Amino acid sequence: MFEATDLNLRQKKIEWLIKALLSLVTLFLIVPALTILAVLIYRGSPMISVEFLFGDPTNGMTAGGIFPALAGTIWLVAVSLLVAIPLGISAAIYLSEYAPQNWLTRMINLAIINLAGVPSIVHALFGVGAFVYFFRFGTSILAASLTLAIMSLPVVIVSTLESLQAVPRAFREACWNMGATRWQTIRLVVLPNSTSGILTGIILLVPRTAGETAPIMFTGAAMFLPFLPQSVFDQTMALSLHLYTVSTQIPDVPDALPYGVALVLFALILVMNALSIGFRTYVRGKKKW
Amino acid sequence: MNVGDRDGIKQIVDADQRGFDWFLDKAFQVIFFIGGISAIVFIFGIFTFIMREGLEFILGNFNAAEFFLSQRWMPTSRSNPTFGALALILGTASVTGLAMVVSVPFSLGAAIYIGEFATGKTRETLKVLVELLAVIPSVVWGFIGLSIMNPLIIQVFDVSVGLNVLNAGIILGLMAAPIMTTIAEDAMKAVPDTYREAAEAMGATRWQIIFKVVLPASKNGLIAAILLGIGRAFGETMAVLMATGHAINIPTSIFDSVRALTATIAAELGEAPVGSDHYGALFALGIVLFIITFLINLTADLFIRGSRDY
Repeated sequence: MFEATDLNLRQKKIEWLIKALLSLVTLFLIVPALTILAVLIYRGSPMISVEFLFGDPTNGMTAGGIFPALAGTIWLVAVSLLVAIPLGISAAIYLSEYAPQNWLTRMINLAIINLAGVPSIVHALFGVGAFVYFFRFGTSILAASLTLAIMSLPVVIVSTLESLQAVPRAFREACWNMGATRWQTIRLVVLPNSTSGILTGIILLVPRTAGETAPIMFTGAAMFLPFLPQSVFDQTMALSLHLYTVSTQIPDVPDALPYGVALVLFALILVMNALSIGFRTYVRGKKKW
Repeated sequence: MNVGDRDGIKQIVDADQRGFDWFLDKAFQVIFFIGGISAIVFIFGIFTFIMREGLEFILGNFNAAEFFLSQRWMPTSRSNPTFGALALILGTASVTGLAMVVSVPFSLGAAIYIGEFATGKTRETLKVLVELLAVIPSVVWGFIGLSIMNPLIIQVFDVSVGLNVLNAGIILGLMAAPIMTTIAEDAMKAVPDTYREAAEAMGATRWQIIFKVVLPASKNGLIAAILLGIGRAFGETMAVLMATGHAINIPTSIFDSVRALTATIAAELGEAPVGSDHYGALFALGIVLFIITFLINLTADLFIRGSRDY
């Protein structure tokens, strides 16, 4: 029989130590996230009420609700998705279904990587220079949403591309063999089989877009504007900017107020993430290939 | 599972191939191509527009020596406005540097644990929690720096101001951790199992396999992960605006308040008159940021491609 030698035992011990150390390190990364979540819920939840969610800010923003900011965020996210989704999906379809292996495709991939890495404040500068002044949209929902759309474009492309490429190549070949054109193949085979993945990516994009602050600060979001926007050419308040405003710009804000705003923002994010995880699991369960 | 829509496919077969469908196919090819090149258009657009707004200042009152070597950032001084970005550059560098010191060991450690040790449910849960860290918006991080970290640092280290390099460094470290963990884990996952099996057959322990086989083989991917983490921390705006203390200062200790490049733009763009030197100077900072992140991302991409030659 085999006997554990001293060397074996020592190695076992080292391995156990390393595993413990690494799990501790991982824990250190996770604990702050959970702590933050706990503190936000603990200190923010007393603020949450119908008046808070659906009321206007009052008393120089030291009291009242957040409805204009909440509505503004919905406007901004909706308009930006309207632009980013078609553009991003068509870019992903091009890369997945058409793009040959050449320098142009390489350039497109590089551009996507770099677009994802451009700092948000540089996107803001671009939004100001291009949309606010050059195209004369002024500071408006349109300018802010377009800036957000360009920021989220790489995210849409990458997540859509992943779902398109998950469709087996044999599916496409079967369709081509029936004499279908590329577009018919995309419409009848590729897209129906990747809708769920594309949708998951879009659901995940919503909270990311809603949380952005720097890109909208100078392009369309206002610190205080107790009206609801009527069109895309109006300015608007936004939840993310509102959190910045009440926590840094306004004196004598009650302590709980910014926690309440942060909690609403974070809750939106958690709900959307939970939704996408649930959706992903449901779809994975149904998938038969 | 139906492979697509059967009736639809039958229609295709029945239809005349050279007619309407042929044109439709070409039309959609053009649409998708436009979508495809949009990313290139936008990256050029961003560069062109920030150049366009910043160029007048750069060609006019811009003094490169002052910009990179002076710490006097006084854009609104009426008699003698100066645009020295040294303190801002060092502010960004110190915060990003500390963030990496905090974040790299933890992220790589977590990546090794999640990728090589954790299994099943634990692994899935850890991945979800790391993703949770990634979705907290930067303004919420800034608020946490302001309302939780600030009093904590004052209390623990007995200093007068808690908004400083330490505060922002920890926050940025936590913000950069998920991207580093995810990409590092991907890089290690890409190492073929045959490598691990070969090492195991030689009698190597789990740790020896990771240390002597997996890590060296995924070296390029790990470097790319760290670079992307640096890029993330470097370009972060709201969190550093709120957590650094936003004071123009060349830091000598981690308890000094500093001001970052990104935060300066965010704080001042609103009050700089369009077309003024101040406005131009902020765009010049943007150009610096754009070029540096561009280089970081390009390098990371080269490393990632370099890692795929198993």
